[in-house]
Amino acid sequence: MMREIRERSRSTMLFAATAAAAIAIPCCIALAEGEAAVEAAAPSATAAAATDSVFRTDRGPLAIAIVIVCGAVIGGIMLARSGRPLKIRRLAALDAVDEAIGRATEMGRSVLFVPGIQDMTDIQTVAGITILGRVAKTAAEYDAKLEVPTCRSIVMAAARDAVQAAHFEAGRPETYNEGNINYLTDEQFGYVAAVTGSMVRDKPAACFYMGAFYAESLLFAENGNSIGAIQIAGTAEPSQLPFFVAACDYTLIGEEFFAASAYLSGERDQLGSIKGQDFGKLLAVGAILIGCLLATVGAFAPEGAVAHAAETIKTTFGG
Amino acid sequence: MLQRTIPIAILCLSGVIMIVAYFVSFAVSWSETVNVWFNILSAVAFVLGAGNLLAVNLEKISSRRPGWAYAAITLVSFFFMLVVGLLKLGAVPDPKNPLVHFAGDYETSASPYGWMYEYVFSPLTSTMFGLLAFYVASAAFRAFRAKNVESILLLGTAFIILIAQTAAGIFLTGWIPQDSVFAVLRFDSLKVGITEHIQTAGMRAITIGIALGVAATSLRLILGIDKSYLSKN
Amino acid sequence: MTTHMTTQRDNAGGSSFLARLGNLDRRWIFLAMGLSIAVPILLKLRFPEYPSPMSRATFDAVESIPEGAPVLLSFDYDPASAAELQPMASALVHHCASRHQKIVFMALWPLGKQQADKTIETVLKPFHPEYKEGVDYVQLGYQSGNEGVIKLMATNIPAQYPTDASGAALKDLPLVAGMRDLSSFKLIASISAGYPGAKEWVQYANGPMPDAFKVVGGSTGVQVSQLLPYYPHQMEGMLVAVKGAAEYEMLVEGKYPIAQPEVIGQGRVRMGPQLVAHLLMIGLIVLGNIAMVAGRSRGGAR
Repeated sequence: MMREIRERSRSTMLFAATAAAAIAIPCCIALAEGEAAVEAAAPSATAAAATDSVFRTDRGPLAIAIVIVCGAVIGGIMLARSGRPLKIRRLAALDAVDEAIGRATEMGRSVLFVPGIQDMTDIQTVAGITILGRVAKTAAEYDAKLEVPTCRSIVMAAARDAVQAAHFEAGRPETYNEGNINYLTDEQFGYVAAVTGSMVRDKPAACFYMGAFYAESLLFAENGNSIGAIQIAGTAEPSQLPFFVAACDYTLIGEEFFAASAYLSGERDQLGSIKGQDFGKLLAVGAILIGCLLATVGAFAPEGAVAHAAETIKTTFGG
Repeated sequence: MLQRTIPIAILCLSGVIMIVAYFVSFAVSWSETVNVWFNILSAVAFVLGAGNLLAVNLEKISSRRPGWAYAAITLVSFFFMLVVGLLKLGAVPDPKNPLVHFAGDYETSASPYGWMYEYVFSPLTSTMFGLLAFYVASAAFRAFRAKNVESILLLGTAFIILIAQTAAGIFLTGWIPQDSVFAVLRFDSLKVGITEHIQTAGMRAITIGIALGVAATSLRLILGIDKSYLSKN
Repeated sequence: MTTHMTTQRDNAGGSSFLARLGNLDRRWIFLAMGLSIAVPILLKLRFPEYPSPMSRATFDAVESIPEGAPVLLSFDYDPASAAELQPMASALVHHCASRHQKIVFMALWPLGKQQADKTIETVLKPFHPEYKEGVDYVQLGYQSGNEGVIKLMATNIPAQYPTDASGAALKDLPLVAGMRDLSSFKLIASISAGYPGAKEWVQYANGPMPDAFKVVGGSTGVQVSQLLPYYPHQMEGMLVAVKGAAEYEMLVEGKYPIAQPEVIGQGRVRMGPQLVAHLLMIGLIVLGNIAMVAGRSRGGAR
């Protein structure tokens, strides 16, 4: 049986390589443009591309920001490796994962995990799949049935890999059933109709919504509420957060969703990266305070040096 | 060992290419190539997904599991649209090339494919979206309870926005002159104040946090620190 | 800041009618919502609209570009969002056509092309028969690539769209034959339901060339919070949800009447049910809170 499992595992190497390539693209688009999202909060000025130089000097401030943030994250990891104690705020939603899966096991009902409706190009889907691995490990330990309907074929492949790895890690490779992880349809509301229909018929006791969601967030959450399931959601779509907050029992908001995988792993390196992320947030807060102060003082003296400094900062970092 | 090393190496290499391409002009074509690779992968993966869809639904039908009729409807619809679309059955001939079958327009509602889109698919998706109105009402009834100060603030904000988004807002406070000192109490002014200042500020804060979370997650994956998406053995 | 909601049982105490209302079966709520939407539509309830600054800014943005100048309309939504966005799309097309703008249609969503086709068939062809395809308007259709499409169009439109949706080469279409990049347009309008949409147009089109053209957008209500930071600097105008559509329709029809007003009047039609539904929701929220207070005052069991 172990040989068969190893052979099947080799055959998933191709899918793993595919998933890796699929993950790399959103990671780096997200890494490079994640900071650009901060730029979007402020009016941006002209950014004429320096097409005749190797390095795009118009994106220099963004490069500096990336270096600082990445440096903070790497610094956090190295601090964690040095053995310094790490204090991470408890996240009630993640502490409730065991409770939710335990409840499902006691009731003899399944656990539903929805990894969002976007493809692996979206970093939220990647984060959702990494959380799926953790949830699947707990489900394997509790011997709970975990169902993962997916909206994209590559996500299905990645989800199968993650769940299989989780079953191995839990020491229950024989309980892995790839038939529980299926592709439904790429169409948003067709997917919603299929998942909500199965929720009403199968009545899972615990529902996890982790990934990128749009209009279907409230449809999932209200359906889950109507069947009495305990619901834990996490997304980085700001427009959908209110629906999850209103209808779910626990919600991971924005950055907590991205920290969830590291939190659940318990590994020092990953927890250190959360500390680095928090340091980056401190820097952002400091920059906002300085900018607000300069702009406020500058408003009283529009021709003064302070106003000029505020305008320079806005132009430089706003793009 | 290679099962885990190769995927991580692919991730790291293509990750670095994408970052470099953002800042270095001559590397832009490399990132476009990586994007094209992904498009090819997802096109191939679609075959995998379709195969899985067929396998799951056929198994449901053959074993007569509860709800197998839905699986039959799924497969019939899938093949009907596939065949009609691929072969352009019933397409309206192109006036410039009337003898070339595949030049015909199959998206117009005069053709079966276009008809199914216009009169089946489009109403179905609109219906699913329309369900949100009912769910919003039940969620609001259940969740909007004034249990503490934050809830009361939320309730007040909800009332203002709900009224301001309709003619009732103008009816109730439209009589207040725009240039008076009490103009700020008009529902439209309150709505603008809430959405453009309070809501936008909160949204920006969440967006900054999300951006940092994205950066940290991406770095963990590129550096190979988080490997939970890979097989173990 | 995670949130934790406990089950709403703290208002179920006692046998008072008000307290029991806190556990009202959701099907009664659904029935009330259904009636609140159906009855105003059947009774054709209409209310006057007073344009907001954002809707007026959108109208003024279109009015400010020279007559006959080329505009790009991007249909970035699908049938699911059509109920909210189609009214503004129809009004926008009628507005542009009334000013004899040269219109280029495109879509970043796969089903956006069909929505554009529908708008052409229902608004452009019947009420502006002088418009000739290829000369006065072109349908470029859908291209995959999300914001990549915008990035490439910003520098090289023919590379992204070598042909239009019907397969005709761009160089053979008089309207777009000489167009090199997005600076050929005086106005870009994105009617968007999400990603990709108006935000991507601002980031990747307006960002590199902020003075080349004006950008206006129409979005669903939930998306507005993500677009507000761009107004009014990067986006000159914004139509928000059905209310924005209704206000814009009123402005457009006021200056450019149409033979069949209902063609660009669907936004105003939908404001009637919206008013009643919003009042119903306010009533339900008040009722729920009264039930909660009634349950607590009777010392309901937790």
